[in-house]
Amino acid sequence: MAKVVLPLEVARSFAAGVTEHQVQGGDVRRLLKDLEQSFPGIAERLGQGFAIAIDGQIYQDWFVEKVRADSEVYFLPAIEGG
Amino acid sequence: MGNEEELNRIIDYSGRDYKHIGTRPVRPDGVDKVTGRANFGADFDMNGMLHGRMVRSPHAHAKIKSINVAKALKLEGVKAVVTGKDFPAIDPSDKIVGEVVVSFYDMSRNVIARDKVYYDGHAVAAVAATSPQIAERAAALIEVEYEVLKPVMNLAEAMKKNAPVLHKGMTTEGVEPAPKKSSNIAKRAQFALGDVEAGFKKAEVIVEGDYSTQTVHQGYIETHACVVSLAADGMATVWSSSQGQFMVRAMCAKLCGMDNSKIKAIPAEIGGGFGGKTVVYLEPVAMMLAKQSGKPVKMVMSRDEVMRATGPTSGGHARCKLGALNDGTLVAGELEMEYEAGAFPGSPVGLGCMTGFAPYNMTDILCTGWDVVVNRPKAAAYRAPGAPVAAFAVESAMDELALKLGMDPLQLRIKNAAIEGTQAPYGVKFGRIGNLENLRAAEEHPHMSVPLGPNQGRGIASGFWFNIGGTSSAEVMINEDGTVIVVTGNPDIGGSRASMALMAAEVLGVDVSRIKPLVADTESVAFSALTGGSRVTFATGKAVIEAAEDAVKDMKRRAAKMWDVELDQVEWENGCAVCIETDKHKPLSIADIAKKSDRTGGAISGKANINAQGAGPAFGTHICDVEIDPETGFVTVLRYTAIQDVGKAIHPSYVEGQMQGGAAQGIGWALNEEYVYSDEGQLLNTGFLDYRVPVCSDLPMINTVVVEVPNPGHPYGVRGVGEVPIVPPLAAVANAVSRAAGVRMGHLPISPPKLLASIDEAK
Repeated sequence: MAKVVLPLEVARSFAAGVTEHQVQGGDVRRLLKDLEQSFPGIAERLGQGFAIAIDGQIYQDWFVEKVRADSEVYFLPAIEGG
Repeated sequence: MGNEEELNRIIDYSGRDYKHIGTRPVRPDGVDKVTGRANFGADFDMNGMLHGRMVRSPHAHAKIKSINVAKALKLEGVKAVVTGKDFPAIDPSDKIVGEVVVSFYDMSRNVIARDKVYYDGHAVAAVAATSPQIAERAAALIEVEYEVLKPVMNLAEAMKKNAPVLHKGMTTEGVEPAPKKSSNIAKRAQFALGDVEAGFKKAEVIVEGDYSTQTVHQGYIETHACVVSLAADGMATVWSSSQGQFMVRAMCAKLCGMDNSKIKAIPAEIGGGFGGKTVVYLEPVAMMLAKQSGKPVKMVMSRDEVMRATGPTSGGHARCKLGALNDGTLVAGELEMEYEAGAFPGSPVGLGCMTGFAPYNMTDILCTGWDVVVNRPKAAAYRAPGAPVAAFAVESAMDELALKLGMDPLQLRIKNAAIEGTQAPYGVKFGRIGNLENLRAAEEHPHMSVPLGPNQGRGIASGFWFNIGGTSSAEVMINEDGTVIVVTGNPDIGGSRASMALMAAEVLGVDVSRIKPLVADTESVAFSALTGGSRVTFATGKAVIEAAEDAVKDMKRRAAKMWDVELDQVEWENGCAVCIETDKHKPLSIADIAKKSDRTGGAISGKANINAQGAGPAFGTHICDVEIDPETGFVTVLRYTAIQDVGKAIHPSYVEGQMQGGAAQGIGWALNEEYVYSDEGQLLNTGFLDYRVPVCSDLPMINTVVVEVPNPGHPYGVRGVGEVPIVPPLAAVANAVSRAAGVRMGHLPISPPKLLASIDEAK
């Protein structure tokens, strides 16, 4: 199972403040489906302005990136710059 | 190509000996810029052009009761007047939600006010006339009736329970249960690792401090300027100075209710941006004036307008608590910060939370940020947005901790340095980074062994920035004579033309003097995201490399055709196609292949449209020596050294220039710069005489040490340069002054009266 860590604000709104969750691997789309089943509405929320980090690699614009069964996946705010 | 494929397709050139990368040729745009031939935003004129002028609010907070434009319209020479009512309505939900929220509803109201003004200088109307003088007179004839409201000018006032509320209906996001009462606090952001309470229980030494910084401006020399022409068929052309022509096009389209395809945005040269030109102010207004008048309209801001109405960076307040063992090992950190967002929500406080503790290996931390609106101009990006204020707090606290532990501040940082595998405050484990290499370079630098005299102090501070990738496009075109044109879609702020040319030269194997890099308009190259976030040399550079590789592929095909051999018998070496099958074919140069291109398939070019992945995080460490005058409180910066892991310096001179520029701006932030408002909220220091940015005579030579720990996500190892160097200086300077004065200077700027008062108080 892949480890998914939600941003605190999202975890508070959807998952009773629990940030860390175990989901099926595969790809990001499947991961979101799994999360959505447990926390309805979360996929749309995470689709708004969050980047994703899979095993340390940050994807600002994610879509169907692969997630291994032992991957660590973090959602974090999309990063701007000057 | 998907994002993963883009990441995985990297050809690693890092083991090779470079011929062009790392050299220092004269910049391609240098002659134009030093001879005055380069066209900046205000240099463009058109026949029959009108001159636009804004009418700005003299009040920091007021309701607009009425705007009467009748007298202005009667003035001879006046061709158009617009107010907020002339702009399309935008739904409040129309926004891009990221770390920094981009609300088109707010942006439209920032460009020109509707029912309320939120800061001194907020635009309320605009006029276009046949001369700047008539436009000025007409602007003075526009009558605006205001109901003046009490302004909220700083964080403390804005966060009071019964403070006047700027935006009725705005409640605090990120707080559970969701509050129902309107507030000036727009959002709470929070990041945590481990268990901070348990961490502090383990601590043998704890330091805690209160820190603040003031609103500061990016201080670009060139003021905002544009010309907009709208043809009878509704096709518009915008010439303007910005950090992204595609951003100008998209925002004008959104705010003026037009299709992207109807706007051509042409980038002018840019005289400084530093993040402040990642948004529009004048362009949509000039567009509406051009629409109403049927004539091209030029608008140029004065310095006064820039200071009163364009984006500064947030002033901030922070409380930082650090816990450590007696040997200096950090065991816990807590950071709580409030940032001014200006008139509309969206300060970079979350980025501050994500970056403050990043240079250190800490497992138990809690960072909380509050985004607060005040009656000041809407905050815009400024190099490494959000990071300098957080670093100021954390790095000042690190200095306090070193003093309390009796430890060398550099050794304390080395002991706790984040390295590959360390978990960043935002959760992700760092890959290959050069933080420790920077600190080791500082340790070995001669600066550290210069003895200090009376009233002198040395400060050290580190800083972090993520660096980003994003969408970039490039085309590499081979001319008939074998010279090369490299086309990209990013305005050249810091020498990127030179970097693009060097990277293309490395792939193609030709001298950089045979390559002409161009910055194209929105109809001549595919979409590219903004120039910002230290992304261009990394992301657009990757696009250029891929486009050059594409062109090489094509030239190899042409050579195979010319020799009548299989493609796999052709290789590319030193700027030539060589046949590995037989030595009877003389290598073909680009010029040889280009000369025959008509017969082998037509013009030769390569292109790449990518979303660059694999950006490499970067760190910097700065050392600052100061001398204070205990009689006057004046601070002289004696020595300054900026050390930074840049991954790979493509053109070392421009890398060093970025590091020096960031350090200079950070020194100004630490010592001089602040907005001074009247009690009623009018900005009093609107020029560079009163808003004091450092000039050459204020600074010593900024020494640079370029550390190169290659980023595996880029073919040449590039990380990005422009953001990091503004992160450490605030604390590096403050730590130096604090050690010289023997009192902690936690509140910026460290102006002479403030320093004197602190010294007196400590006696």
